[in-house]
Amino acid sequence: MKLRATTWQTVGPFFSIGMKHRYLADIAGTDSAGERIAVAGRVLDGDEAPISDAVLEIWQANTYGKYAHSEDAQDKPLDPAFLGHGRIPTQRDGAFAFTTIKPGSVDLPDGRPQAPHLVVGLMMRGLLRRLTTRIYFPGDPLNESDEILQRVEPARRKTLLLAPHVARTGRFLWDVHMQGESETVFFDF
Amino acid sequence: MGLILPYREFSPGTQPNYLHSPYVSSLRRSPTKPLVHIPQTLSEITGPSWGAKDVVAGACDLTNRHSGSPIGPRIVVSGSVMDEDGRPLTNTLVEMWQANAAGRYLHRSDQNSAPLDPNFTGEGHTLTDSQGRYRFVTIRPGEYPWGNHHNAWRPAHIHFSLFGPAFATRLVTQMYFPGDPLLAFDPIFNCTADEEARNRLISRFDWETTLPRESLGYHFDIVLRGRNATPMEDADRHQE
Repeated sequence: MKLRATTWQTVGPFFSIGMKHRYLADIAGTDSAGERIAVAGRVLDGDEAPISDAVLEIWQANTYGKYAHSEDAQDKPLDPAFLGHGRIPTQRDGAFAFTTIKPGSVDLPDGRPQAPHLVVGLMMRGLLRRLTTRIYFPGDPLNESDEILQRVEPARRKTLLLAPHVARTGRFLWDVHMQGESETVFFDF
Repeated sequence: MGLILPYREFSPGTQPNYLHSPYVSSLRRSPTKPLVHIPQTLSEITGPSWGAKDVVAGACDLTNRHSGSPIGPRIVVSGSVMDEDGRPLTNTLVEMWQANAAGRYLHRSDQNSAPLDPNFTGEGHTLTDSQGRYRFVTIRPGEYPWGNHHNAWRPAHIHFSLFGPAFATRLVTQMYFPGDPLLAFDPIFNCTADEEARNRLISRFDWETTLPRESLGYHFDIVLRGRNATPMEDADRHQE
């Protein structure tokens, strides 16, 4: 190693000027294969007040569990219609919403399957560098053995799970709590 | 499938803590519980790929997007994007945004009373070239007041956003200008403990890219996380 990575700085309150050209809340479009899902939620601060100047970046595998990336060597099909990236800002009431497909299971290096998940990068005014978390699907049989979920203390795992919308299939709720009793689990890697 | 060659952890002290109390907004927006350390998987070492289709030609010049020229000293900001081993990162997306010369952002939340400039949007983006270089033509942004504490002023800065090759290499940072007297007082610039790391956010004046009768040049290199030499599977098992 000759150099050290450049230090992070907050995105500040005005990031939409530079980021809105690549805002994308419809991650799968109409042509991607897979089970459609819709996720809605809010980002809340330590006083449970809505955060209106946050942005979420989503990265996920396609319905077969393969990433649209040259380093994914798994023997699974690519979906030419699916890139797997989203970028969604919060609104004045701290709310965000996006639609996508449920990803397939992605293998660990030793061949064990990870539970289906989305990875999430979270940035906002007041956050000096990105936080990352994951979104998992409630009731998925692979959750029980997921290598990453096992590293989270059981009482906090629910912060990573989507909550099914009572009335409508395929619709889920997921809030991000920066602090407090329901503080979302954030990862470091 | 193959082993995972993970990205390196950041050098200690070279990245900000989430809670930095002089930056008041961090108080209620920083996690209070420790982050959960996880091994890197395919999900972290892959990431969105961007290409020519994602870039508007000419978006690297912020001075010719409107009918007239923006007010303010014209500058060229250029540099290289590389990993920690000094390898150039080619064809990588660089996004940037900034205030106008009066220190005002084209944003509905900006409370600064300084004027907007009808000829300046403050947004640019580009892909690095085959040697990892980028170049923006813009105007020097103004310093501006903000509400963090009494008589708080942000030093002049430009926001930079990069993805690099993986979800793990994402970087958003701010570039500053040499000799700015406000740097010493800015809680955002000073949020990083390591002084050398902090000072690498300050661009250097550059005669090489300064154009006679046209623009001053500033040089700003950006380094994204590099990779470990040993694959993750073994390294991680030993940790457990």
